[in-house]
Amino acid sequence: MVEWSEQERSIITSIFSNLDYNDVGPKALSRCLIVYPWTQRYFANFGNLYNAEAIKTNPNIQAHGTKVLHGLDRAVKNMDNIKGTYAELSVLHSEKLHVDPDNFKLLADCLTIVIAAKMGSGFTPEIQATFQKFLAVVVSALGKQYH
Amino acid sequence: MTLLTAKDKDTVKTFWAKVSSNAEAIGSDALSRMLVVYPQTKTYFSHWKDLSPGSAPVKKHGATVMGGVADAVAKIDNLTAGLLSLSELHAFTLRVDPANFKILSHNILVVLAIMFPTDFTPEVHVSMDKFLSAVALALSEKYR
Repeated sequence: MVEWSEQERSIITSIFSNLDYNDVGPKALSRCLIVYPWTQRYFANFGNLYNAEAIKTNPNIQAHGTKVLHGLDRAVKNMDNIKGTYAELSVLHSEKLHVDPDNFKLLADCLTIVIAAKMGSGFTPEIQATFQKFLAVVVSALGKQYH
Repeated sequence: MTLLTAKDKDTVKTFWAKVSSNAEAIGSDALSRMLVVYPQTKTYFSHWKDLSPGSAPVKKHGATVMGGVADAVAKIDNLTAGLLSLSELHAFTLRVDPANFKILSHNILVVLAIMFPTDFTPEVHVSMDKFLSAVALALSEKYR
């Protein structure tokens, strides 16, 4: 089981309670599609993804970015059992969405960068370490049910 | 070989011109973060007295590393040839596991996002990521 200190828990809850989901979600997803263009393979029916501008202004991507970010809420609320909390979501991503689990890390890295840009110097090395630890646990949980 | 397009090279050179005066601060912060967020990287610096963020050896080394990045920007049209001696240094003397280049690159990108939130757009991000990957590749050339 993953161990969380009191400080780590408060860092994670603080980041998410101050989060503008409608801004950070779309930014993280669109950055992922631009920086790692092969991830666009999962969004073939989302409309125009032909260039960075199109991706950034695509309303389907924006809505989906917000949705994905809210998907992290359950992990924040259940930090002591992220693996169990995401079992169903893991099955969904494997059996229905057929997402290569390597992509989870790519989105996690883009989310880290978007949060870093928002928080500026407030995103200290310690906070970065905690945030990346949290995302690593989420990424691992989402890949758990693949077979 | 990671192929940098003309657009990538242009983007990197333009962005670097904007940020290069902060090179030392970027290097120091990126290295500090790497040592905190990826503690296994500390194994390469057991000879330093102080590994804490912003310490004297971290600052000095951060500047050295960014000097290498600046050099790479200047030699962006032929990184393999341009970084030959640096590659030999990393291969034969330092013997840094190349997996760590990716780790440091990630932290450089995080620092760029923090210091230049409006300039570090997704378009700049992808070109810088490709560039740092190409630098890492050039540094690994002499390993085996």
